[in-house]
Amino acid sequence: MARPDRPLTDGRLAIWRHPLPVRLTHWINVLCVVVLLMTGLQILRAHPHLYWGLASDFDDPWLSFPVIPGWMTLPSWRDLAAGRNWHFFFAWIFVINGLIYLTYALISGRVRRLMEPSREELRDIPQSVVQHARLRFPEGEAARTYNVIQKLTYLVVLFLLLPLMLATGLAMSPGMNAVLPELLELFGGRQSARTLHFLAAMGLVAFTVVHVLLVFLSGPINTLQAMVTGWYVIRTEPEDATDDPA
Amino acid sequence: MIRPDRRLLILGGAAFLSGCDALVRNPQATCTVKKAEGLTRGAQRAVIPRTALAPEYTEREISKNFRANGSIDPADREYRALRANGFRDYRLVVDGLVERPLSLSLADLKRRPSRTQITKHDCVEGWTSIGKWKGARLSAILDEAGLKPNAKYIMFYCFDALDQTEDGERYYTSIDLVDAFHAQTLLAYEMNGRPLPIKHGAPIRLRAERQLGYKMAKYIKRIEAVESFAHIGKGKGGYWEDRGYEWYAGI
Ligand code: HEM
Repeated sequence: MARPDRPLTDGRLAIWRHPLPVRLTHWINVLCVVVLLMTGLQILRAHPHLYWGLASDFDDPWLSFPVIPGWMTLPSWRDLAAGRNWHFFFAWIFVINGLIYLTYALISGRVRRLMEPSREELRDIPQSVVQHARLRFPEGEAARTYNVIQKLTYLVVLFLLLPLMLATGLAMSPGMNAVLPELLELFGGRQSARTLHFLAAMGLVAFTVVHVLLVFLSGPINTLQAMVTGWYVIRTEPEDATDDPA
Repeated sequence: MIRPDRRLLILGGAAFLSGCDALVRNPQATCTVKKAEGLTRGAQRAVIPRTALAPEYTEREISKNFRANGSIDPADREYRALRANGFRDYRLVVDGLVERPLSLSLADLKRRPSRTQITKHDCVEGWTSIGKWKGARLSAILDEAGLKPNAKYIMFYCFDALDQTEDGERYYTSIDLVDAFHAQTLLAYEMNGRPLPIKHGAPIRLRAERQLGYKMAKYIKRIEAVESFAHIGKGKGGYWEDRGYEWYAGI
């Protein structure tokens, strides 16, 4: 599965970063998340008020949206039926795609190899935060793996946020409530589940904004090319050429 | 550098959005997307045991302000007359693919095996209210009428028209036999310990607790057992179903 490094000219090295299943599932997931978000806002528009607890206390929503603009929703006009049909269609693809990715990433050892932070890394988190804030991204050997913040973020997204989207979505289903009432209770009732579904979606939006921003700040050509072709370019330390005057 | 990027982003975004809208308008795409409903129904039927009960709640959790959705005051002339007389002349007709068609008064219905339950009502719009319902078990009524072997769906025809006009298209919907014979499926005539209020569907409404609110027809006039609903209305099994909503409303 892993492929050997490919030396390029002027001290650069192409490393095999994202195997095909990762690239495919990543972009399918992006499509799903975008459609799910836009159709989700269409569904929210049918009753743009959020509550905590079992039921809706119509006099006391904790959050209301006076307007949800059409450009944010799919379709742009009001159509709850279409919004729901598209939401559930893409929810199925999202779930199947996610299962394929997780199975692959766990079995191939990708999660352990690329995302499990070492003890030293966890200790050095503050330093890594500072580096991140200065927008210093490693280009050499250190760029072979994700940095510790990236690792933790991906772990949270993959094993918390995305599964939470699915679980809170299923908790809103009256059919599922009959077979898995524990899930409904876990989230504190259907209206809490709906609120958490919304908050998790906003968490995902926040992640995506930062994620895309960092892709662009850290060298969009290289990282995007890696997510399309699989090959990522790093710099090798130019040891023999310049360091040795003799 | 920033300028062309931003223009590209806006153009790309606009193209994406209008592309999405065009796809939603495309009947072929709609047809594909609607296939997910079959998958959802199949998956839910596979994981939810036939007899699994919807969660029930306590008196304390009953909503003070249970929202009434859809019609709240049918304009139908016959309905108005029945209502003026306290529904004393109301008859629920049960016919179609049954051995013994029935015509039941409200008093008849109240003598049939009943059930009382406090359940949540999940609207397709997203809100939830909790109410206490008492009604005749639909399974008992259907057993009394005796379904013919080819009966597959139970249709509910109502007095109300959602456009609130006298001759507007009447509300209707349908469920399959799994839900029709479910223990919590009731022809409810009481809500929160009192006769079912007009705005909640008097004299009787359906409770089908494992589906969304639009399946729980109010102002029921007639129940019909059918083999297929392809010839009824626009053929999708209900008023909202004919307007794009899923026939299986388990999510
Ligand atoms: C929509 C929500 C998104 C989610 C949940 C998401 C999630 C992820 C995850 C979990 C990874 C690590 C995958 C792995 O290594 O196995 C990743 C990598 C990556 N993503 Fe996303 N992503 C999203 C959107 C995007 C978008 C919109 C872009 C492009 C602008 C993008 C570009 C990339 C790139 C280039 C990488 C590789 C980073 C690297 O090699 O350092 N992602 N994404």
